Amino acid sequence: MTTAVKPRRRNNRRLLSTIIRYFVLIAVGIVMIYPLLWMVSSTFKNNNEIFSGVHLIPREPTLNGYRDAMKSYGGDIDLWKSMFNTYKIVLPKVLFTVISVTLTAYGFGRFRFKGHAFLFSILMSTLFLPQVVLNVPQFLMFTRLGWVDSPWYIPLILPTLFATETYFVFMLIQFMRSIPRELDEASRIDGCNSLQTLTKVIVPMLSPAMVSVALFQFMWSSNDFMGPLLYVNTPARYPATIYVKLSMDADTGFEWNRVLAVSLISIIPSLVVFFMAQSKFVDGISAGALKG
Amino acid sequence: MSLQQKASRALLSRGAKKLDSGRIGFLYVLPWLLGFLFFKLYPFASSLYYSFTDMHLFNGISRWGFFNFENIFTSGQIIKSFTVTFKYVLVTVPLKLVTALFIAYILNFRIKGVTYFRTGYYVPSILGGSVAIAVLWKALFRNEGLVNAMLAVLGIKGPSWLSDPQYALFIISLLRIWQFGSSMVIFLAALKGVPEDLYEASTIDGATSRRQFFSITLPLISPVIFYNLVTQLVQAFQEFNGPYIITKGGPLNSTRLVSMIIYDQGIKNYKMGLSSALAWVLFIILMLLTLVAFKSQKHWVYYSDEMQGRGKK
Repeated sequence: MTTAVKPRRRNNRRLLSTIIRYFVLIAVGIVMIYPLLWMVSSTFKNNNEIFSGVHLIPREPTLNGYRDAMKSYGGDIDLWKSMFNTYKIVLPKVLFTVISVTLTAYGFGRFRFKGHAFLFSILMSTLFLPQVVLNVPQFLMFTRLGWVDSPWYIPLILPTLFATETYFVFMLIQFMRSIPRELDEASRIDGCNSLQTLTKVIVPMLSPAMVSVALFQFMWSSNDFMGPLLYVNTPARYPATIYVKLSMDADTGFEWNRVLAVSLISIIPSLVVFFMAQSKFVDGISAGALKG
Repeated sequence: MSLQQKASRALLSRGAKKLDSGRIGFLYVLPWLLGFLFFKLYPFASSLYYSFTDMHLFNGISRWGFFNFENIFTSGQIIKSFTVTFKYVLVTVPLKLVTALFIAYILNFRIKGVTYFRTGYYVPSILGGSVAIAVLWKALFRNEGLVNAMLAVLGIKGPSWLSDPQYALFIISLLRIWQFGSSMVIFLAALKGVPEDLYEASTIDGATSRRQFFSITLPLISPVIFYNLVTQLVQAFQEFNGPYIITKGGPLNSTRLVSMIIYDQGIKNYKMGLSSALAWVLFIILMLLTLVAFKSQKHWVYYSDEMQGRGKK
């Protein structure tokens, strides 16, 4: 008797806890995603309708928000120009970061030179060096060099040539550990020099990690607000983050459909990249943290 | 393969190894080293120096001393900003980590559609840092925003979240807590690494799932909890975008974090000396906390090789 009852009771309990789990996951999921859906729907509503309820489907769908989003403020900058500026900063940053970070990780991961341990400990400690201590003196330095407000965004782009984002170096070193050293040695015996070993042996195997680096750098640079706030002063050179902030300050209380449309358009490239490559993000973030 | 060939191969590979340990490796890290010296060490050291001066962007330095620090510890506004920063960190970091761990724990059961949930939860982390989301936050928590509209459906009159000093800071925290996705992904990967047989063995021994969570899961993922804790602390102490964009530090300075005063004094008012001193005080607090976290590791963080070592003894 008892043996027959127990499994059923256990099954019921299991079913109940499964239901609870899904309930929690879905409830939290709604909290996470509803604001984003509401944002999208608000861009198709009239300004009177946006704050009139919690519904998602616009009662009188309109494109006014988008039409107004295209208007400039009568200044030298509009949404499209600012987005163009954003990618003028982001794309070189991504390219330079991937190259410089790979070279540095290769140097640390595959060679033992004089001072290796010391330099590596410096690398690790800069992981914990907060940017907030560096902002003011860097601003002073770049001001003296005349780099602030440069049309080429030198203060934002140039440092990435020097592998300044050590988190990525660390991530690639971790990945590189899983590539067998025998492969390097074999290619040396075949007569490759160290650079050829890097490009022909290491890079093909490291490329998933390098893609993760590129994707994260793309997202972070596209979202960067502090950098342009410090180093870009001319409105015609503003990237999208600054433009969105300005359009919110200018409009608050009146044209929320326009402000939200501007915001939404500015993050569409990031959204597209994220959904095309989402598993890469997940892999990258867990590998960087876990293998350490 | 003849002996001669073998010998020459051995010689060759030894030659290659010599190259390994030689200067070539240094050449690869040289750009990073230059970048470190120029973009990190020099600014870092100079800001320590500036913090003992009245460095001004245009007027330069006219005096040296401890006055910036005296200023910091006597100015009511600055002390308040440190209090606000502590409050912000104390609310944001634990809530974010607990949420991330809780959701990762549920996702780790064989849930159908894990990837969809994981992606959905991760989207805010990817976009959350953007100005666009800060704008959205402002729309959500306005007086007549979405949140109060939802509360109204339930018959509750919501407060004015962003203009009430009681709530504004929490709303700023909420923006970061909402971005628990990246910590969650890290927790989830760690949970997947906990060996299944440990659970099976303890189930046979009659352990409840709660007991399993506290005696097996938590200790085994503690290195990752530690990693998340430290990175989130570093991030939270430097928070700037949220309060700068959403509340501009108000109402009544209730969201004016130290990072905002550093920006206002250093970049807006050109008082680089005071601003550097502030940054250093923040930095030292952060270092002390990180140090405490590192020192406390041996009491609560278990590294697996260490466990194996213990097993062998």
